[in-house]
Amino acid sequence: MSFVRDALVIAGKDLRIERRSRVALQQIIPFGGIVVLLFAFALDSDRTLLHQAAPGLFWAAVLLAVLLAIGRSFSVEEANRARDGLRLSGIDGGSIFVGKAAAVAVELFLLEIVVGAAVVVLYDVTVRGIVVLLCSAVAATVGLAAAGTVYGVLAGGLRARETLVPLLLLPAVTPVMLGGTRAFQAALDGSPGDAWPWIQLLTAFAVLAVAAGTVAFGPLLEAA
Amino acid sequence: MKRLFLGATVVALAVTVVFALWVTPSRPSQGFDAVRLLYLHVPTAWIAYLAFGVTALASLLWLIPRTRDTTWDLLAGASAEVGVLFTGLTLILGSLWGKPAWGTWWEWDARLTTTAILFFLYLGYLALRRTGATSEERGTRSAIAALIAFVDVPVSYLSVTWWQTLHQPGTVFNSNRHVLIDGSMAFTLIAAVVSFTMLYAYLVLERFQLAQLEEGREERELQRAIAERVRADQVEVAPV
Repeated sequence: MSFVRDALVIAGKDLRIERRSRVALQQIIPFGGIVVLLFAFALDSDRTLLHQAAPGLFWAAVLLAVLLAIGRSFSVEEANRARDGLRLSGIDGGSIFVGKAAAVAVELFLLEIVVGAAVVVLYDVTVRGIVVLLCSAVAATVGLAAAGTVYGVLAGGLRARETLVPLLLLPAVTPVMLGGTRAFQAALDGSPGDAWPWIQLLTAFAVLAVAAGTVAFGPLLEAA
Repeated sequence: MKRLFLGATVVALAVTVVFALWVTPSRPSQGFDAVRLLYLHVPTAWIAYLAFGVTALASLLWLIPRTRDTTWDLLAGASAEVGVLFTGLTLILGSLWGKPAWGTWWEWDARLTTTAILFFLYLGYLALRRTGATSEERGTRSAIAALIAFVDVPVSYLSVTWWQTLHQPGTVFNSNRHVLIDGSMAFTLIAAVVSFTMLYAYLVLERFQLAQLEEGREERELQRAIAERVRADQVEVAPV
């Protein structure tokens, strides 16, 4: 049980930092909002086009915001040499990974609610298939948070960290972009049955990412 | 020895060129002479997979404490560099072939997409490697990144069987276990694969030796800096 308790301690720490510093609330979530606005400019506010592309644009906005969330999650470990403290804490690498990824996932859920609301209002989307939307969002978010945390620690402590994480993470999370978009599309088109293979893909990705992170985080934290 | 191997590689490549350009037939259904791209496109794709396989294996050997050695880290890096080069070539050659055969430079087909992702995954890997000066600094990070990136290799390879979109399934290795090529074309394809594999081995060897020299230089500079520092300390201490 200490695995879960330790993970909760780490997640609590990260979320407490975010609650006090308000970086996620005042910078990352508004960033998601501005990306939603930018896509509307790119597609020349053509309502039908925006409406059709809404699922993909939603996930693209989330994916870009993930980069910020991961950057933030690991920049708090850079300050005051907190990373060394984490290493010396005696907490298992797997617990630290689950804790940090869970904190990122919570932030992403909040972001998705805001970005989702913006997409519904600005792109004229009618919400349908809420169960499918929720299931795919949960699976995708867990996968994104876990994969992001793996690459966050992989690049941790390096000089080129900020530019390296996007290059490493974005190609790796293309299955989430594809699966999330297709699942949302199926739900919004009123054929939620078509979404299940994509939810399976998202779930498989999430399971793999969590497993890989739990195993690899400890050695990577030592190497950082 | 290396010279001899290089010579043999050049000869093998020359034989492939002669067969590919003059001996094998053209095929009207696949853009006439464009079909000759087969003898470049297939070997470059094979080298890409082979190179990333070698990188993954070497990374694994680095991660296992008992076999951990600088050699594996340098080999992984050398092989990945050649792999990225050949993945890029595969994409470009495929695109050049796609225009006459399919009527488009690029299609969002499963094989093409997964290969493009592969290219970017390993570009990221190479960027990650460049951030550490010595094997110790970059070894574990880059080895784990290489193993994660390798997941896309079987996905890319099997994509034509799984999704069956525009790109044709394997000509030699396919689900029907039926080789769809014979005569001079089969011989040329084999010759191309063999000569490109030799070229790959040569390039990796060159790159590996260069990396070893670079690694040695870092080490020597470090030793020199330590020696200087020790001397400076001795000078300071001497009057006391």
